[in-house]
Amino acid sequence: MPDLLLELFSEEIPARMQAKAADDLRRMVTDKLVAEGLVYEGARAFATPRRLALSVHGIPARQPDLKEERRGPRVGGPEPAIQGFLKATGLASIDEAKIQPDKKGNFYIALIEKPGRPALDVLAEILPVIVRTFPWPKSMRWGERSARPGALTWVRPLHAITATFGPETEEPDVVNFSVDGIEAGQTTFGHRFMAPAAISVRHFDDYEAKLKAAKVVLDPQTRKDMILADAKTLAQAQNLELVEDQGLLDEVTGLVEWPVALMGSFDKEFLSIPGEVIRATIRNNQKCFVVSDPSTVKLTNKFILTANIEATDGGKAIVAGNERVIRARLSDAKFFYETDLKTKLEDRLPKFDQIVFHEKLGTQGERIKRIERLAAEIAPLVGADVEKTKRAAHLAKADLLTEVVGEFPELQGLMGKYYALAQGEDASVAAASEDHYKPQGPADRVPTDPVSVAVALADKIDTLVGFWAADEKPTGSKDPYALRRAALGVIRLIVENSIRSNLVAIFDWQNDLILQSIAVTRRNAGAGTFFIGKGLEAWNDTRVEQRCIDLLSFFADRLKVQLREQGARHDLVDAVFSLGGQDDLLLVVRRVEALGNFLDTEDGKNLLAGTKRAGNILAIEEKRDKRTFDGAPDPSLYRQDEEKALAKAIDQVKREASRAVAAEDFGGAMSVMATLRPAVDAFFDKVKVNDDDPDVRENRLKLLNEIRAATRAVADFSKIQD
Amino acid sequence: MPTMDSLPAHMRPERSFQGLILTLQRYWADYGCVILQPYDMEVGAGTFHPATTLRALGPKRWNAAYVQPSRRPKDGRYGENPNRLQHYYQFQVILKPSPSDIQELYLKSLAAIGVDSALHDIRFVEDDWESPTLGAWGLGWECWCDGMEVSQFTYFQQVAGVECAPVAGELTYGLERLAMYVQGVDRVYDLNFNGREGDEKVTYGDVFLQAEQEYSRHNFEIADTAMLFEQFRMAEEACKKYLAAGWRNGGNQREHLMALPAYDQCIKASHVFNLLDARGVISVTERQSYILRVRELAKACGEAWVHTEAGRAA
Repeated sequence: MPDLLLELFSEEIPARMQAKAADDLRRMVTDKLVAEGLVYEGARAFATPRRLALSVHGIPARQPDLKEERRGPRVGGPEPAIQGFLKATGLASIDEAKIQPDKKGNFYIALIEKPGRPALDVLAEILPVIVRTFPWPKSMRWGERSARPGALTWVRPLHAITATFGPETEEPDVVNFSVDGIEAGQTTFGHRFMAPAAISVRHFDDYEAKLKAAKVVLDPQTRKDMILADAKTLAQAQNLELVEDQGLLDEVTGLVEWPVALMGSFDKEFLSIPGEVIRATIRNNQKCFVVSDPSTVKLTNKFILTANIEATDGGKAIVAGNERVIRARLSDAKFFYETDLKTKLEDRLPKFDQIVFHEKLGTQGERIKRIERLAAEIAPLVGADVEKTKRAAHLAKADLLTEVVGEFPELQGLMGKYYALAQGEDASVAAASEDHYKPQGPADRVPTDPVSVAVALADKIDTLVGFWAADEKPTGSKDPYALRRAALGVIRLIVENSIRSNLVAIFDWQNDLILQSIAVTRRNAGAGTFFIGKGLEAWNDTRVEQRCIDLLSFFADRLKVQLREQGARHDLVDAVFSLGGQDDLLLVVRRVEALGNFLDTEDGKNLLAGTKRAGNILAIEEKRDKRTFDGAPDPSLYRQDEEKALAKAIDQVKREASRAVAAEDFGGAMSVMATLRPAVDAFFDKVKVNDDDPDVRENRLKLLNEIRAATRAVADFSKIQD
Repeated sequence: MPTMDSLPAHMRPERSFQGLILTLQRYWADYGCVILQPYDMEVGAGTFHPATTLRALGPKRWNAAYVQPSRRPKDGRYGENPNRLQHYYQFQVILKPSPSDIQELYLKSLAAIGVDSALHDIRFVEDDWESPTLGAWGLGWECWCDGMEVSQFTYFQQVAGVECAPVAGELTYGLERLAMYVQGVDRVYDLNFNGREGDEKVTYGDVFLQAEQEYSRHNFEIADTAMLFEQFRMAEEACKKYLAAGWRNGGNQREHLMALPAYDQCIKASHVFNLLDARGVISVTERQSYILRVRELAKACGEAWVHTEAGRAA
């Protein structure tokens, strides 16, 4: 079966767009082929800086023929309707139509046979549409034609289109189409500098081979492998090690058609700058890899660049040029670093009073003070030294105002650590500068040093409570302040460090500080006396602001998402939160774990089924009688042994389970629950709930209610999905 | 055009800053560009020259090249940074409509100043251009030579709020950087300006170091902010006034007779704003509103321009 080769040859496509563009091209063409009844065998797409290419193999030469019956007007219907029908179906006269009776009478039926078209023609129709509607993130017009309405737009000027179609063994046909003056053909071009001449191509195989001969490696994966292998070899030849960097490798792969790795070096004096700063300088500005010495695990004064040509001097001029740029960049970085070291971190803090954190929440300066107070409050809960924690929170953000972080924002925190150590701060205090931002995502490390943990929690909780108070909660896909990530961070900090806490109390405490900040901001903005109506709600034994409980439910949602991602049962989170009063995340998670384990057992599954059955019956009867069946059952009304046995079992389970729960032994509580199962099973097996005696019936319903109540010692079983 | 080898030593781009400029001028003159002289006002970049901003608009062909002294008051470093300057030169080329071989033309211009693409690694790296003050944007690249950015390359899509039809291609060479590269010099002030040696040699520092020191003082410390605020206001007012005065109802279409003088005032406002910004007297929130005010002027000038003889369809 024939194959399609398509290449769209343009000026340099931004590296970050290439992979998606190749994928879009494959998807759009193959979707359209399938929609046209042309089921293909396989497709691969490629991108280089100057071309998108697609190979689809095993496309049928023709579409299958289609047969379609179309119903027309009633026999004897009005003439215009019959004429319209003939026109629409292409029948020469109404005699060619069949007549088919149905309930409403006799109708004309036209049998339309649509012969399949050659795939070549179909391609000529669909490819120009795909080019015209290609989803580039940003596209542009160019040249003479850009003045006309409807001019083609592309990511950068498009110069040539190659489109051939035919079986592997034969000379293929050119797919005949043009887009805004660009005729599809079979001519492409080699490497911009090393082999710029036109190349005539037929099939994918000779296309890829001829490109390679013309110094273009089509497949990005191959280019990636080449760069990585060559870079490693260069490093190893000097007993050094390449510092691998996937993001950089992806980007560099999109900047070259013919990768040539070269090694350069810089003055050793620059190694006095922290390695991360050297790496950021060389990586971000110059898109070069850095190299480390395996014996010291530190960076060396070497770097590896990826050129796009095999230079006539073997790359000497290229290396020399890159070395000069890197020297200039590192001089800047060194200057920034040394300038930063001259100012103590605390001396930078007054400037934060001038910097707005958020228009409703006041300045960065106020925020830092709030974080300090909260961190000191949290410190005892996590076993951190209060004074060290205060100091750490005081300094943690100061590096935002340093030159190096201004230049490389991704080094925030890390630079703070270096500068803190340089001014002789305690190691835990210094570490908190870097670690209080963590964890940044599900894969990031969770800090364990108690000082870092306290500051990290305070930072994130202040953010969350603040944006809740400012009414800037995430909605749908919009989460501009990364609040979901902050909440997940709190969850991981608490669970992975086994921290006991009552979150709602902490939220409420911080909420007071936030409201003060908001009031100050409003007053400074010239607003009149500011009053926030406090909607108070009961929480355990106190009354707290309703927002804090709302925030807790946001945490419950985050926890569900996280458990789902770990493959755990997220419905169990609801079952636990639904008990009310649950804001100790560590206990919530432990309860969920124990519940999950229990529900994996036969006893668990059956008890769940029994409890749900009890719940369902109650729901129906409560609805019918328009009342609930609370209250203790009356033992004198028990008529059957199974009732008595169940009542006894429930009593015992209630007592023992609450003892276990009080001791936070949730596994134990579940084991106790399991003992309820035979009694419940026997009850449902032998006892008819809706007895003819209304008193007996009511008593039995109360007993059912007791099952539900007993299981609530560990979870609300009604929230658990089957 | 003479080849590099036929040039006398002091005119060769790798020896002489002015030789580099003259070579680029010859190259683009040979292509058919009009070679203009710098605009006689303070601007932040070559793009502000009306030969780019205004001429990029409208359907008429336009190919021009020129050197433009560019002032970025905030970039002053008192002459102490090896490559940051508050006053520097850009070489600007504008080709409307953008020719289909514009990349090749650019690469040949590099060859003309001695950058051999068989020896050097020349790359087009994504860089989308946007000028909030000019109400302009385009797509293009930074052009790298061995890892150093030596030019900006932009296909204008919109200028002064008006869609470019046809699109113009803009090339901006950073002359000092390029010269440092071809001369092999690490400090801008060490550039050989006139290509002579010994007593006859004049360096970039000889010409500009004192100016960098003086203007840095001026830009950061002394510039009269009360006067500048007043100048901004006056330029803004004048621009609006000239624009209003320029409209005529000629025949069956509206035309404008004063787009260029009005645009001068827009340039003026933009530079005054840059000075105020360097003096640190404009707060973050005010900053945005000043940029917006200049943009409104630029847009109104663009609208006027497309109703002038040079800016409209024949």
